[in-house]
Amino acid sequence: MRLTDLTLKELWHRKSQLISGLLAITLGIGVIVGIRSFSVISEKAVAVNLDNLGANIMVLPQAASVDNYYAADIDAPTFPEEYVERLVTSTIPGVDNISPKLTRRVNIGSQSVVLTGILPKSEIASKPIWQQGGILGEKAAASCAPSGPKKYADEKLQRKGIDTLANYDCFIGSGIASRLKLAEGSKLTIMEQEFTVAKLLPETGTIDDDRVFANLHTVQTLLGTGEQVSAIEIMGCCSAISDGLLGKLRNILPDTRITTIGQIVSTQIENNKLMNKISLVFLIIIVFVGGISIGNYIWANVNERRKEIGILRMIGYHRRHIYYILVLKAIIMGIVGGIAGYILGTLAAIWLGPQFAGIAVSPIYTLLLVSMVISISISILGSIIPAYLAGKIEPFSNMQED
Amino acid sequence: MLIQINNLTKTYQHHDGAINAVDNLSLSIPKGSFVTITGASGSGKTTLLLILGGLLRPTSGKLSYRDKEINLHHEEEMANFRSKHVGFVMQSFALVPYLTATENIMIALNVKSKDTAANKKRAIELLEWVGLDDRITHYPKELSAGQQQRVAIARALANNPDLLLADEPTGNLDPGLSEEILTILKEINRDHKTTVVMVTHSPMAAEYGDTKIQLKNGKLLSPQLHETEFAHNKN
Repeated sequence: MRLTDLTLKELWHRKSQLISGLLAITLGIGVIVGIRSFSVISEKAVAVNLDNLGANIMVLPQAASVDNYYAADIDAPTFPEEYVERLVTSTIPGVDNISPKLTRRVNIGSQSVVLTGILPKSEIASKPIWQQGGILGEKAAASCAPSGPKKYADEKLQRKGIDTLANYDCFIGSGIASRLKLAEGSKLTIMEQEFTVAKLLPETGTIDDDRVFANLHTVQTLLGTGEQVSAIEIMGCCSAISDGLLGKLRNILPDTRITTIGQIVSTQIENNKLMNKISLVFLIIIVFVGGISIGNYIWANVNERRKEIGILRMIGYHRRHIYYILVLKAIIMGIVGGIAGYILGTLAAIWLGPQFAGIAVSPIYTLLLVSMVISISISILGSIIPAYLAGKIEPFSNMQED
Repeated sequence: MLIQINNLTKTYQHHDGAINAVDNLSLSIPKGSFVTITGASGSGKTTLLLILGGLLRPTSGKLSYRDKEINLHHEEEMANFRSKHVGFVMQSFALVPYLTATENIMIALNVKSKDTAANKKRAIELLEWVGLDDRITHYPKELSAGQQQRVAIARALANNPDLLLADEPTGNLDPGLSEEILTILKEINRDHKTTVVMVTHSPMAAEYGDTKIQLKNGKLLSPQLHETEFAHNKN
């Protein structure tokens, strides 16, 4: 009859108490797991939406401004296309999508348009070193989404990575298409070079509506710039930006001007902060309420067991044995409650997610470990004071009549 | 001397003032004696028993075991004293309700030895000795009052104590069962040479002692057994 056996026997003896105690822990942990499962999936979904806002980091020539880039003036400065390779071959984390662009304002008839050279995936594929980690939009993904096994494909996001773009094909923005009355398959002459309209882009309400996108290398030849680009747009993970991504980029591209698109970045960062704060608030509430619940349960148990504890003290058990019995009991309940809470919370999130938020929630297995740690910690914290007070029970307490 | 107390006082604070449950009492208990303590309710006999067993700290005075003073304010030392040298038999039996008769004895053995198999063997032997070999897997609620008290006696003997303290061991038993229990206590005293100190209200039970003392207001009452004489008589 070891102390562990004694603890297990007592747990089993008071089944109704055991069930109510376990229920308190299970529900508390279940709420944490449910909320966390839901918020992780929500964060990913929101991150996908935020990524749809576009690139959030711009690499520009030292002398250029963002205005220069969007104005696409004839004399706007450029820098070597080789800088793209420097970015790709670096091991800087948090760079999800790199898109080099060369822009110039040109006239098509009487219409002024922005001719933009972009790099299609087919050309990326011809440079294996650029494919490391699918970094050039080979697989568009939510840049700010927490890491996980699942990438969130999104149609709008996929648009940012264009699969193929033949040398003399082009994509045109909705504004230009409307003004020039162009349709897919139409011919378009730019600077005496004929292009075929491969695709009409949907209206975005941005400057993209007035752009004509063509193959970067074709545009370079047409404009006579050589292997130069006007800018490199990057989708940087917002948490990585907070962690100094810009400084790291400046280190490898020292003669460029690297800037964030403030509104996008701040929205992403604020969103992440809000999500983290909500999770933290729930965690604090659960730890507080859970700790008090467990403490209350153990204290009620101690009061019920005053005689037993008195008997154990009478026959020579030390205070440390009493602490051991009560804390061990709390740990056992913490383990069982943690597992049960994880299962309950996960099932609730899987069931409720699609019904109330339209989000499919899948189990997050790392939360099992988190649940156990929280559950056991709450149980131990909650049992410390009752165990200490139980140690003070006098060994003659068993002599007091009911 | 097995146990010696000197100038022992235990004072309880009450809203009407301080009450000396044991009042400057000195006493020596020789090894192998069977001492019965009687007295009216509130005379201090149970308080004295608790102090003798290291269950209660006195307000002042000394307790010596085999001529060695026990630090009554040191928790660990008192717990070790109880587990190694003292067995307790209580009026309410003091059994753990969710443990079988065997397990109730094993928890006492576990304090000294973690050998579960040996402890179980010893527990069963003790139950056989008190005549409960057919009740080893029974829970307290499945035993009669007399049987429960015999389990408590078996547990008290688990660690071969020198001193067995009994507080009204027959208080919850009918006369027939009382005699059974008292006979067992007498056998323990006679056959195992275990010193027994028993608090009782019952004059019949008190007769089982070879030395009888009476308390009143925390002081020894028996004029024929003055403290020093008592010690002297036993020597």
